[in-house]
Amino acid sequence: MAKRLDLKDVDIYYGKFHAVDGVTLAVPPRSVTAFIGPSGCGKSTVLRTLNRMHEVIPGARVEGEVLLDGEDIYNSAVDPVAVRRTIGMVFQRPNPFPTMSIRDNVVAGLKLQGRRNKAELDETAERALRAANLWNEVKDRLSKPGGGLSGGQQQRLCIARAVAVQPAVLLMDEPCSALDPISTLAIEDLIAELKKDYTIVIVTHNMQQAARVSDQTAFFNLRATGEPGHLVELDDTPKMFSNPTQQATEDYISGRFG
Amino acid sequence: MTTTIDLDAPAREPTFVGVSAGRRMKNAGATALVGLAFLIALVPLIWVVYSVLANGAGAVLNSQWWSQSLNGLLARQQGGGAYHAIIGTLFQGLVCAAIATPIGIMVAVYLVEYGGRSRLARATTFMVDILTGVPSIVAALFIYAVWISIFGLGRSALAVSLALVLLMVPVVVRSSEEMLRIVPDDLREASYALGVPKWKTIVKVVIPTALSGMLTGVVLALARVMGETAPVLILVAYAPYINFNIFEGNMASLPLLMTVERNNPTDAGSYRVWGAAITLILIITLFQLLAAFLSKVTAPKTK
Amino acid sequence: MTDPTVAASLAGPGDPGDRRGGSASAVPATTAPAAEPAPSLLKAGRRTGAQQGDRIFRGFATGSGAFMVALIGAIGLFLLIQAVPSLLANKGNFLTGRTFEAGDPNNLNFGILELSFVTVEVSIFALVLAMPVGLGIALFLTQYAPRRVARPFAYLVDLLAAVPSIIFGLWGAFVLAPAILPIAEFLNEHLGWFFLFQEGNVPLARGANVFTAGIVLAVMILPIITAISREVFERTPRAQIEAALALGATKWEVVRTTVLPFGRAGYISASMLGLGRALGETIALMIILAATPAMFSGSLFDGGATFASMIALSFAELNNNLSAGAFIAAGLVLFVLTFVVNAAARLIIARSGAKA
Repeated sequence: MAKRLDLKDVDIYYGKFHAVDGVTLAVPPRSVTAFIGPSGCGKSTVLRTLNRMHEVIPGARVEGEVLLDGEDIYNSAVDPVAVRRTIGMVFQRPNPFPTMSIRDNVVAGLKLQGRRNKAELDETAERALRAANLWNEVKDRLSKPGGGLSGGQQQRLCIARAVAVQPAVLLMDEPCSALDPISTLAIEDLIAELKKDYTIVIVTHNMQQAARVSDQTAFFNLRATGEPGHLVELDDTPKMFSNPTQQATEDYISGRFG
Repeated sequence: MTTTIDLDAPAREPTFVGVSAGRRMKNAGATALVGLAFLIALVPLIWVVYSVLANGAGAVLNSQWWSQSLNGLLARQQGGGAYHAIIGTLFQGLVCAAIATPIGIMVAVYLVEYGGRSRLARATTFMVDILTGVPSIVAALFIYAVWISIFGLGRSALAVSLALVLLMVPVVVRSSEEMLRIVPDDLREASYALGVPKWKTIVKVVIPTALSGMLTGVVLALARVMGETAPVLILVAYAPYINFNIFEGNMASLPLLMTVERNNPTDAGSYRVWGAAITLILIITLFQLLAAFLSKVTAPKTK
Repeated sequence: MTDPTVAASLAGPGDPGDRRGGSASAVPATTAPAAEPAPSLLKAGRRTGAQQGDRIFRGFATGSGAFMVALIGAIGLFLLIQAVPSLLANKGNFLTGRTFEAGDPNNLNFGILELSFVTVEVSIFALVLAMPVGLGIALFLTQYAPRRVARPFAYLVDLLAAVPSIIFGLWGAFVLAPAILPIAEFLNEHLGWFFLFQEGNVPLARGANVFTAGIVLAVMILPIITAISREVFERTPRAQIEAALALGATKWEVVRTTVLPFGRAGYISASMLGLGRALGETIALMIILAATPAMFSGSLFDGGATFASMIALSFAELNNNLSAGAFIAAGLVLFVLTFVVNAAARLIIARSGAKA
């Protein structure tokens, strides 16, 4: 069920503002791809175009192709709702639905899509919570509100919610930036397990994190303030962190700027 | 000017220069005035509540008041109660709420979720503001013009409810809009990212999150319109007996009972007017408490 | 696989969630097993009507918004439709006539000048009383009162708005009027040479005059003026206040140099909203003001009727469209008047950037 993603010459605009310029990259299935780069370089923007979430912001538009197993998600006959069901997303800040219990949060995607079978939902909830390494912590309080969990648990709850709909790709937008180091470690372990079943793209500010969790790393940068962000280079993670091709990448990774 | 040196003077300027007396006086004067303004506002509030309690307590402490109507009683005859008027006020208010709440919430949903900065959205916001300021008598005349003059339907409690809808909708829109706007966008995005269509996101995620505040707003708006008098005066005739039919016939309500009985110069008239006043205040207070209670029990929990 | 016609017809602008449009989609009406992800986006997209659901829901919401806009137009229009036949049958001059005889449909003679005089005087009087007090309260609650009590205090002032106007009317007529009679007599006795305090056209002793009505009205509009002013004053930029404090300003100087200039537009529009409320207030004035055949002299001790109170007083008796139309014409004038005042107030608020 994991699928590959290909970006071909993707340009992203917000109204007249050219945010990201000409990104071409390939994300193989069952792997973790990390997007790194300084603030404002467009890495989160690129991530959000991968499941058409950028469209939530009025005036945003995309040129170029984003192919999911060869199928363009921007094809005019494709419903963005269908895209998002196939390509899940985890956000920077944990955002469980405050009105729902832990169990209902996990199966929210299915329930809102119209599934009603209780046994099936219970089974899915358990499977997703186990996948998110959260089952043992919450199995006794599934009917309690999700808002009562710690930040790290909430984020794993959100991951469980995202995997419960069985997406082909999982996008993570700085999923650990609001968490403490121990919770971060738990999420990173989880990512390592999830990649057996899912294609994962993660945006991170933390280069050590990119080095720890990803198979390949893409470095984004700005040529100058006000210029669109662009992809500097993409390579296997060990190579990127030991011997990058581009000087800019080396400067960034060695902490000379950014 | 003298050049002699005063050996007793301190060697340097004082560290803190005092504030001049004039400035201090002005400051004290202003402080006293604004405090006084607040106290002035409390005078009528306490006075009104006291007057109503003092004059009306006798009526509401009598159990007949809550269980009987004024049917068959002469103007000067003591006894009877406001049951018929309480029923009327509650009926008219609840029918109004049943119509105004969905309209108001949909308008708020439009403004927050769909309208954006479009021309229609701005026009809607403006018109909702204007509607807030439309006098209740004008709302009543409008319903009269459409309902009675043009459709030729009779005066009835339903016509009153429709006029109250005009007064209630803008209040519901305002409070619901505010509540929807504070629902974090994170939640909408989380729902979209699960592949949930926008309308389901609104119905199943956004509105439930805002529901607590929205309910409170609805109940408060209802409390406000139940005290309106102009519509009942114009759109339904008073009945001293109980009428459950909102579609036709005369129906009492507490404000209408008061306007009718205030022309009754006997002690019984005064008993009825002030009894109705205190009853109306009690009902409004009850609804306000209900609003506070609802917002407590329906608020999203974390434990 | 694709179905371009459907796609084209469904791709609509203005919906951020679904900007790019696309054919049909989301709720699986069929019973796909939970574990199976959509094999193809296009197939998933072709299932059934979530987009239809989206369109219907958005249609309802947008329709409700449009309904609000249409409603205001409809109020003006229907009042006008009902008023025109009566205006045509009017034997008097609608704008300059000082009597309002509309009981007999065959002999309509009505004008609004008298009503306008009373309405304007009682509203202005109420505003003059309420504006300084409202300003004081708003300043007290936002700048002076300790944080802890500011909220409950503000709630007390807001409670004034929760009291139904009919109860204010009863209180004004039966409790307040006798209580303030000494003040009225004093003003009449010593300042009677000034037109506002001259002998009125109704007996002073009953207190059923503009003086009493104006005071009650002032109490009723106080919470409106206070609430909106408070909201604007609270938005005074912290940095400005701190800058003034750092220059060694006293509390009052801070208020005068930062809060008042910042909140002036908001305060003015708050007062205008209060004025709009005063112009349209019905029942309290109907109960307090004594009807009188005598002409309005401009004195605060006159009786009479405002637009709203006159309509409320007479309307219940009406049984024919022509008579009703005369009162509806007066109501239309009141509607236009409050519309203009409210619209102006809202524009000032919008321009000052603070939202009421």
